[in-house]
Amino acid sequence: MSGTISVDHLHVSYHGKEVIHDVSFSFDEGKLIGILGPNGAGKSTLMKAVLGLIPRDTGKVMVSGRPLEQVRTNISYVPQRSNIDWDFPIKVKDTVLLGTYPKLGVLRRPKRADKKWALECLEKVGMADFANSQIGELSGGQQQRVFIARALAQKADYFFLDEPFVGIDVASEEVIINILKNLRDAGKVIFVVHHDLTKVEEYFDDLILINKELYGAGPVENVFQTDLMQKAYQTPSMLMGNLGVSV
Amino acid sequence: MEFVQDLLTYEFLQKAFVTSIVVGIICGVIGSFIVLRGMALMGDAISHAVLPGVAISYMLGINYFYGAVATGILTALGIGVISQNSRVKTDSSIGLVFSAAFAVGIILITLAQSATDLTQILFGNVLSVRTSDMWLTIIVGGIVLLAVILFYKELLVSSFDETMAAAYGLKTRLIHYGIMLLLTLVTVASLQTVGVILVVSMLITPASTAYLLTNRLSSMLVLAAFFGAFSSVIGLYFSFLYNLPSGPVIAIATTVLFLLAFIFSPKQGVLWRILKVNKQRTAVSKEVS
Repeated sequence: MSGTISVDHLHVSYHGKEVIHDVSFSFDEGKLIGILGPNGAGKSTLMKAVLGLIPRDTGKVMVSGRPLEQVRTNISYVPQRSNIDWDFPIKVKDTVLLGTYPKLGVLRRPKRADKKWALECLEKVGMADFANSQIGELSGGQQQRVFIARALAQKADYFFLDEPFVGIDVASEEVIINILKNLRDAGKVIFVVHHDLTKVEEYFDDLILINKELYGAGPVENVFQTDLMQKAYQTPSMLMGNLGVSV
Repeated sequence: MEFVQDLLTYEFLQKAFVTSIVVGIICGVIGSFIVLRGMALMGDAISHAVLPGVAISYMLGINYFYGAVATGILTALGIGVISQNSRVKTDSSIGLVFSAAFAVGIILITLAQSATDLTQILFGNVLSVRTSDMWLTIIVGGIVLLAVILFYKELLVSSFDETMAAAYGLKTRLIHYGIMLLLTLVTVASLQTVGVILVVSMLITPASTAYLLTNRLSSMLVLAAFFGAFSSVIGLYFSFLYNLPSGPVIAIATTVLFLLAFIFSPKQGVLWRILKVNKQRTAVSKEVS
């Protein structure tokens, strides 16, 4: 079981320029949450600041009543595909095994049971046949599925995915969203940085809409509204209709 | 096989032999992490930056090891401070700091009129390895290998996906500076064998050769260690027989091994790639005609 996650008055600046201004939100367990906003709105920055990967100016992040820093092993992060060196000498099965490291701690090695668990996770994303391939030999969608398997292997309660659907095939996207929905049904909290507005209502329960500051946080039906979207995207309502936002 | 005979006869040659092998192994191992983390230039920087440390140690009459380690670490920190606190990019701050350190080093050595010959520090002279140097190298080798074996898991995950590692609570900054410290130790241990200028060839080339031949980090470390050790023994052999400085010979040996892998590697080799492309083209042109 997980619990609520809350972010309180978060400010982030980069070289003295504010990029996140006073963002607060709170979500209960069992939620699949999309982080939306135009290009350069600070979606990835928000995610990294929440995780403490970049310094916050101010702001507290609490996870079931404890500071996030104390429950890190319970947090699974999937980076943007472009941040990974796909030529790294590592096989698919060993990539998934990395997911077991957080709970093992320093000095302890993965045991046979961990390796078996990693293979099971690989099966869940339909990639078991590629266990012995080098990760660079896979397609973009397959690589992303392997990273989802790694996140599963961690047995975490909180998931943070940075643009997981960028540059991947339709079949992989379907596999991944189904897995995320299953996690949600099991009571996990999942944050997804996302920019394709066409599938928002299909994919997410809740939304965080930002463009430097917060424009909305809560259930999709409350946030995915023309007026809010228009303000955040600073785009005429005409275009919003085309993107599938209910007018 | 006169060389083997001499090796069994002369004690100085035995010391040189042991030192060469240890240096080759640890350069290959640490070099693999340097290559995978995209820090090749950092390796070059640290190796040049130990020079002022060597000079200062000589002036103070202490073992050159202490001074070299101190200036090596200061350089790593200095590069970090400049690149994180200004818009100057990492590669430029590396170039900036190490050329300054190297310049200071050369002037200090000249002023000190060191008995340790400048050319020897710059280009290596494996045949002049003393017993104390040999033991120093063996101890450094032990520390490096132990650290890599104990923290293999952490080194692997932080080299491959640093953000994920930081997200689950690994101290990635600490790991970065830990690697810098090991790199400095390895560089100092390699001074006698390859010399300041060419240490980088021992760090980068055997690791890059191994990188072309395998898809597993553990096999890459073993292969890089083997190529490193093999190259430095070759260096010792030519240095002894033809009275050449050992550093350049070692650097050439590592490069020859790299070229062989570059051309013949089963997965990455240029040769197979050309053959494959030609085969494909012939197949396609047959289909068309």
